Amino acid sequence: MKGFILSFRSEFYKSRKTAGFWGAIILPFLISLLALSIFYFKSEKFVAMSGMLLWLQFALVSLGVMGTLLLPIYTIFIAYSVNNVEHKADTWKTLFSLPISRWSVYGAKFAYAVFLVLLCLSLFVLFTIGFGNLLSLLKPELKFNTYHLEWVLTQVYFKLFLSSLGILSIQFLMSLLWSDFLKPMGIGFILTIVGITAASKGWEYAYTLPYAHPMVALSSMFKNKRGPAQDIAIDVFTKDVFVAVAVSVVVFIAGYFIVQRKSVK
Amino acid sequence: MVIRTEGLSYSFGSQQVVKSLSLQVPEGSIYGFLGPNGAGKTTTIKMLLNLLKTDEGSIFVFEKELQTNRIAILSEIGSLIEQPAIYAHMSGRENLLNRAMLLGVDDARVDEMLALVKLSNAAGKKAGQYSLGMKQRLGIALALLSNPKLLILDEPTNGLDPNGIIEIRELLVRLTRDHKKTVFISSHLLGEIEKMATHVGIINNGELLFQGDIKDLEAISQPMIYIETDNVVDAANLLQRNRYEVANVNNDSLTVPYISKQQMGTVNGLLNQNGITVFAINKQHKDLENLFLSITKSN
Repeated sequence: MKGFILSFRSEFYKSRKTAGFWGAIILPFLISLLALSIFYFKSEKFVAMSGMLLWLQFALVSLGVMGTLLLPIYTIFIAYSVNNVEHKADTWKTLFSLPISRWSVYGAKFAYAVFLVLLCLSLFVLFTIGFGNLLSLLKPELKFNTYHLEWVLTQVYFKLFLSSLGILSIQFLMSLLWSDFLKPMGIGFILTIVGITAASKGWEYAYTLPYAHPMVALSSMFKNKRGPAQDIAIDVFTKDVFVAVAVSVVVFIAGYFIVQRKSVK
Repeated sequence: MVIRTEGLSYSFGSQQVVKSLSLQVPEGSIYGFLGPNGAGKTTTIKMLLNLLKTDEGSIFVFEKELQTNRIAILSEIGSLIEQPAIYAHMSGRENLLNRAMLLGVDDARVDEMLALVKLSNAAGKKAGQYSLGMKQRLGIALALLSNPKLLILDEPTNGLDPNGIIEIRELLVRLTRDHKKTVFISSHLLGEIEKMATHVGIINNGELLFQGDIKDLEAISQPMIYIETDNVVDAANLLQRNRYEVANVNNDSLTVPYISKQQMGTVNGLLNQNGITVFAINKQHKDLENLFLSITKSN
């Protein structure tokens, strides 16, 4: 356990100055900032909306892009980024000749990739809520202060987080085994297109495809689909989420056995 | 024995690159692991560090079996394999601090190591901007960070200038003499190993050709006196008349087995006194190729 914690801390230390880490902060900031400017400069369009609808519209700017293309691509990038640090520096051999178990080194690296995705999505919640409240100060005519979306938004992003785990585990393994950029990126990108197509065409088995999960997760989140309700109820644990988590557990464990047997070049 | 292997073998696909290697590395020694490029040195070192799974044979480090005592053994080893593995986006100090964190070593040790390899002034610079020699020194600092009992260094003087090579050599001698460390160092340069090693293992095509004390090797790898003159034939005849063995005669040079500095001076004087102009005279070590020939002959 000590080895795992040391390795995790080291992952943070190594990535502090890389695009992988800063991407997790800058991406939600920029997209939320975009939503903020839309609502600030076009406030007259939104004045008539009720608090709930206003918050939903505001949150949907980020959710829309994240739920479709951006979350899978971002996940692919994170998986690449945490492994590329070692490929580029040729440090796998030193990492695996440390007096730390291979399990800890591998597990900590995966956990750190999960952490980065979680950090990014948490900041989406934080910035959406923060900027929404900022808007209600800057533009009091917008009815942001009449409704609270915090809990719903947290649930939605948590669901998105879980739905990204399948992609993350597959991409993580590919990026670990292949030192080049194109193979994991290319395969990931093609699978993402397939996933998005399947999900957007409403294919009934889309929930079995990890790369379709973020999009399926968004379309399966509302418990009550009939008409606008007074309160929004979010269904976090749908079958697509279970598939995503199951895939990640299986691939993670399989990856460990591959790493255990693999010779370090 | 600090390292002991028995019948160690390894193949890449159908090509066997290490053949039934039995290494014996005694405590406190500088063991020079000598062989040309592609002889199987790095593969052997990777097996010693459990980075490659051995096909056959067993490895004992500190008299403990490697597979079953992996972490305990690795915690006593510092290593540098091929080119140093350094994070280019981090400074030299950050590279060391990161490793210190992983090894549970005190941060104060980082500055000690920077001073030891003379990188204190460049500690804040990104390691990606280091010269090859600086990277190599940082790699050595990383290997020494945990104060290990055994150092395994794969061609550590690659890319170093002559001063850097001398510094590393002196450092390794000091570590074994004053701190009772054991150093396992690979090289493809015989002269390099002869200058510091106490024990030698010579590997070629994956096979161990020779293993033993440096003195035993010196008997085989006898150095030669290389003489360039204006008249090689007369010089060779003159030397032979004076009971010197002439080993090699070429167009403009000849070689005589080296015995001592005095003998070299006498040979020089003899040639000069008999009207033969000596353009150059120096002591030469056998290159690896000739050494292999001598070893095969003596076997």
